[in-house]
Formats: sequence, C-alpha cells, structure tokens
Amino acid sequence: MAKGATASRTRSTRSRAAASSEPEMVQLLTPDGKRIDSARDSYGTEYTVDFTDDEYRGLYRDMVVVRRLDAEAEALQRQGELGIWASLKGQEAAQVGSGRALRPQDMAFPTYREHGVLYCRGIDPIMPLGLFRGVDQGGWDPNEFKFQMYTIVIGAQTLHATGYAMGINKDGKVGGDDGEAVIAYFGDGATSQGDVNESFVWSSVYNAPIVFFCQNNQYAISEPIERQTRVPLYQRANGFGFRGIRVDGNDVLASYAVTRAALDQARSGEGPTLIEAYTYRMGAHTTSDDPTRYRLANELEEWQAKDPITRLGTYLREQKLVDEDFFTTVDEEAKAAAQHLRERVLTLPDPDPVSMFDHVYPHGSPEVDAQREKFTAYAASFEGSAH
Amino acid sequence: MATENLTLGKALTMGLRKAMEDDPKVLIMGEDVGKLGGVFRITDGLQKDFGEERVIDTPLAESGIVGTAIGLAIRGYRPVCEIQFDGFVYPAYDQIVAQVAKMHYRSQGKVRLPIVIRIPYGGGIGAVEHHSESPEPYFIHTAGLKVVTCASPLDAYWMTQQAIASDDPIIFLEPKRRYWEKGDVDTSAPASSAYPLHASRVARPGTDATLVAYGPMVKVALDAATAAEEDGRDLEVIDLRTLSPLDLTPVYESVRRTGRCVVVHEAPQTLGTGAEIASRVTEECFYSLESPVLRVTGFDIPYPAARVEEEYLPDLDRVLDAVDRSFGW
Repeated sequence: MAKGATASRTRSTRSRAAASSEPEMVQLLTPDGKRIDSARDSYGTEYTVDFTDDEYRGLYRDMVVVRRLDAEAEALQRQGELGIWASLKGQEAAQVGSGRALRPQDMAFPTYREHGVLYCRGIDPIMPLGLFRGVDQGGWDPNEFKFQMYTIVIGAQTLHATGYAMGINKDGKVGGDDGEAVIAYFGDGATSQGDVNESFVWSSVYNAPIVFFCQNNQYAISEPIERQTRVPLYQRANGFGFRGIRVDGNDVLASYAVTRAALDQARSGEGPTLIEAYTYRMGAHTTSDDPTRYRLANELEEWQAKDPITRLGTYLREQKLVDEDFFTTVDEEAKAAAQHLRERVLTLPDPDPVSMFDHVYPHGSPEVDAQREKFTAYAASFEGSAH
Repeated sequence: MATENLTLGKALTMGLRKAMEDDPKVLIMGEDVGKLGGVFRITDGLQKDFGEERVIDTPLAESGIVGTAIGLAIRGYRPVCEIQFDGFVYPAYDQIVAQVAKMHYRSQGKVRLPIVIRIPYGGGIGAVEHHSESPEPYFIHTAGLKVVTCASPLDAYWMTQQAIASDDPIIFLEPKRRYWEKGDVDTSAPASSAYPLHASRVARPGTDATLVAYGPMVKVALDAATAAEEDGRDLEVIDLRTLSPLDLTPVYESVRRTGRCVVVHEAPQTLGTGAEIASRVTEECFYSLESPVLRVTGFDIPYPAARVEEEYLPDLDRVLDAVDRSFGW
C-alpha cells in the first residue's frame, strides 16, 4: 500500500509572527472533505501526500473494513461470545494513517486498542479476538509481523519500544531509507505514567529511532484530558528535547504524512518524535463502560461531524475518484469480512486445560511440571464419571 | 590450573567479563556501572574494555532499566541489569512481574527474554534504610521468573555465567555483606565442570539435624554447625542456591536421615521461603520428622535502623537456639 506515495518534507525558516498564525494541528483533509495541499507544523516542516487514486481508495477501504470488524467484535461481546472488547471507533484514521506509514522493516508496540494498526500489519483480525474471548493471550508472532503483543498495563510498552530502538542503534541499522524505526502507541491517559515519561528520557538521551504515537481520544475511561495535562500533550516533547507535533487524528492523510516523516527522520538518525493524534473515542472505553455517565451527547455529535471515514468518502466522491458502486462494493467487502470473522470466532476452540501449564519458562520448571502432572491425574480421575 | 583466591565480588566481575567475552550480545546496564564500576565495583573495568555500547550507564530510573532491557532482549540482546540496592527494585516491579515474567507465557513461547536482573541484597553492612532488604519472596512468588543466589566466590563466578547463558529471565541475588569474603576459584576449568544452576547442594554433611540456608545465611549456618560440634551435634547444612525453582530433593533426603529441619533466612518470616520449605518438608517427610520444621528469620517489621540490625539478623546463637528447640521438642 502507498509505496508510490511520499510524505514530502521541506524545511523553511519561519518568523515568530508566522509561527503564531500557523495552525496548531497538521491537517490535509478538512472535516467536510476538502483537500489542503500542504500543511506545516510549528517547526516549519511542510507535509503533503501524493497518493495515486488507488491508494486513496485503499485508505478508504481500510478504514471501512476496520470499523466494520470493530462493530462485529462489539456485537459478539454483546452476544456473550467475547468477554470484553475495546472499540477503536472514531480512531480509524489515526490507526490506518500511521499503520500504513510504517515501512516493512519498522516495529510497532501497541496498546490493546490498535486493531487498525494490526490490520495494516497484515495480521489476521481473528488474532486479538482470542485474547478478548479468553482462549489465549493473543496468538500472532510479534517478530514475524513486526507488531508486538497487545499491552494492557498502561504505558509499559513504551519502554519496550525504546529498548528495541536502542538495539537498532547498536545494530547500526539507522541511516538511509533501509534504516529501521519503531513506533510506540499509547493514549492520553498513559502520558501520566512514569514509564512513558521514562521512555521519553531514555529515547532522548540515547537518540533512539522511535516515534511516540499518542492517540489523544480525549478520555482515559471517564477522565477527560484536563485530568492528565494542563498543556497540549505534544508540547511535552520540548521538555524532553525532541519534536512534538499535533496532527488531526481524524484525517488519515495528515496522520499518514506526519507519521511517515517522523519515522523517516528516526530511521535516518534524527531521533525521536512525539505525535499527538488529536481524535475522539466515539464508543465506550470498553464494553464494560458507560460513557453516558461522564460525557454529553452533543459532544459526540460534534465529533461525528468530523468523522474520519465520511470526510474521505466526500473527497473521493467530489474528486470523482470513485462512483457509487465503489461504496457499495466496499461495504459488501467489509460485511463479508465481518461475517467471516464471526463464523471463525464462534468456532474458536477452548484450550485444553492442561495447556495452561505450557510456556511458563523457555527451559521449563520442575515445579510447574509437577503441578501439571498432579492436575492431569486429578482431571483424569473424573473421566467416565457422571459429571 | 588457574586457581585464584578471589573475593565474591571479584568472582562476580570475572564471571560477567567471561560472559561478555563469550557472547557479543551480552550487555550490562544500570546506574553507575560504567566509569565508576558500580557502587560495589562489580562491573569494574568492564566499560573500559567493552565500550559504552555494551556497558551502559543508564538514566536514574529502575523501571526504565528493566523496561528497555525487555526491548533490547526482543531485539536479540542479552541484557544484564544491575539494580543498585535491593530497596530500589520496587520502581521496576511492574516491568519485572507483569512484563518480564509473563512475556514468554503470553506469547505462547514466541518471545524469549534472556534477561538477568542482578540485585545486591540483605543487611549486615550498617547501611541506611532501603539498602538492606531481602525482597526474594516477591520474585519467588512470581511465575515466569527464576531466582538464584550465590554464597561463595566459586558459585558467584559460575552462576553468573550460567544465568546469562540461560534463556529464562533470572533474578540474580548477590549477598552484599559477603562481597569481600574470599574463596578459591579455578577460572580455567571448563564450563561443563560447573555445578548446575538450579540445584541445591550439601555445604556440610551431618547426621543430627538439617540446616537449610541460602545467600548470606549459608556462612551463618556453617558457623553454627561448627559451634554445635562442641555440643556433640553433627549438623548438615544445605545451600539452596536456587530459590525458584526450589530444589528440595537434597533437603528431603537429609531430613529423612536427621528428622529435624531448621530453615534460616534474613527476609521476614510470614509467607517467606521458610514457610514454603516447611510446608513441603512436612508433606514429603512427615513420618521422618521428630519435631516441626522451625524457622530462624528476620522479623515481620521493616528493616530496622543499622544499630540494631545485629539483633534483627539471624545469627549463630539464634540458629543454635532453634536447633536446641528442635531437639527439645
């Protein structure tokens, strides 16, 4: 996807006067679907995208499929087929934009909500559902897909990402287009965690090739962003000694352009960037949450007017990049993907209970082995009984 | 033969050096481990010889040390983290217990984290608070971690190398009050000659009662056994060496012969290592026991001020008192 596209970047000197008049947020596609040719961040870096028609259509398709799969997972939870689900609804542009900006050699460290990035990395969307159904802890190979395991302890993965990026430096894999970079995902709530702040310090002092991608979806479960910060989050980067950029997280084009540029800077040895993707969690924190207790309906309506999928659809339609059949076809594709997902979730087998003793240690443990043996014998004692 | 009389601290240094020579992926990371050589000088000279890329002075943040070690391990490195003192490991607790310990399990074996976390532990050096603790039960209790501790220069030299070579995440506890005690180490012996990492060992054979100790308490137990000879009692001393997994087969074998067992450790008593050992020995050796398994431990209080630590720490007299109680049952 988007191999032919580039996020071009040109430096320009800027005056203080110019800085104050620049928009705070990088945006390339307005909420009503109008394309902005290029946009600058507060450092004067200019962003644009040069996608082919197919690539524009691909981004739209990605977002529709990801949202449809997400809705299916939520429905499966409501029907008792998943224990819980953390919906990404509203954050499709931030995830697909950043996910497609990754080059094949880049490594991603996700939270538990990065279903859209996971999709972009080519992982079967059934994989995280095993975790949420309770049959495993997530079954993909993190190194094969360059997408690490979901991390539920808030912010812990940012340190793992930083260490991995330090390893890239040690391996001499920075410099040039074939350099490697890391992206660490986290949310607005995580920025209050010590681990995230430590990862900022470490990345800065070791000049690690890493992009911190913070999806500010405005809420940490019920707590609004005002409970985490008194300054815009992207500005925190300045205090740690690296770039901080706010991008319209509901704009897939800008999310792509800013992430691609930051990753390329990282891989060429220019160190970390914090990207704050300004977005909104349209649904609940998880299916266990009730957002009507802490936010007003009109707020959701305001953000619905900035919907990431609608705006790209408007653009495609107005630019005549597609006909109406395209939308019907994409919807049908998404529906079929969701149906396929549903069928497979329902047939996910429960694990053999004795398998819970597996993989505790790479070299095993006589204590675990002894407990496995006792459990196996105990379980066998019920075989053939009426129970 | 290149047998040298080394301090335990120096043996650790030589073990680390050998591991770094053997495998270029081995890294050392921690606070002040570079030019200073660590506050106890265990990494002395290593940065000079292996460079700043392999012996990494880190920012002052323990969670960061362990958290970034995880990323480096995913990348293919074998990080050896130094936590400066036992009481400073708690900021890294989530990264150790929720991340390091569980990654292999969660990934169904796809992610290995060959990380060694070195922690100088225990009291007896007259330190201020947070510098004398015995946090081993927290880590023994955590599935996915292995926990070992050395009591002699010989074990310090080999167990360091064995822990680094292992793919299991290992908490490596160093008895800091024994850093300066000496013993013979044959550094030219082949690795295959070393005693296995996860095995306990009879440190002194005996017939009348079994003393079980580890780390800094092995010397206390041995001294108690020597003193007990005057009373005509022949005590067997077992050095556990591995705390997770526990290797209690030699303990069972011993208790079946002696009928009496006393466990000694510095950590507080309740839910400590001694509780687990007492439970298992009772289950395995019930009909051989002449008296209950007794414990000589630190008390269930925060580690006290240094001027009273000698009263807090198990010593020769308290061990012998427990032996007396065992015989008087």
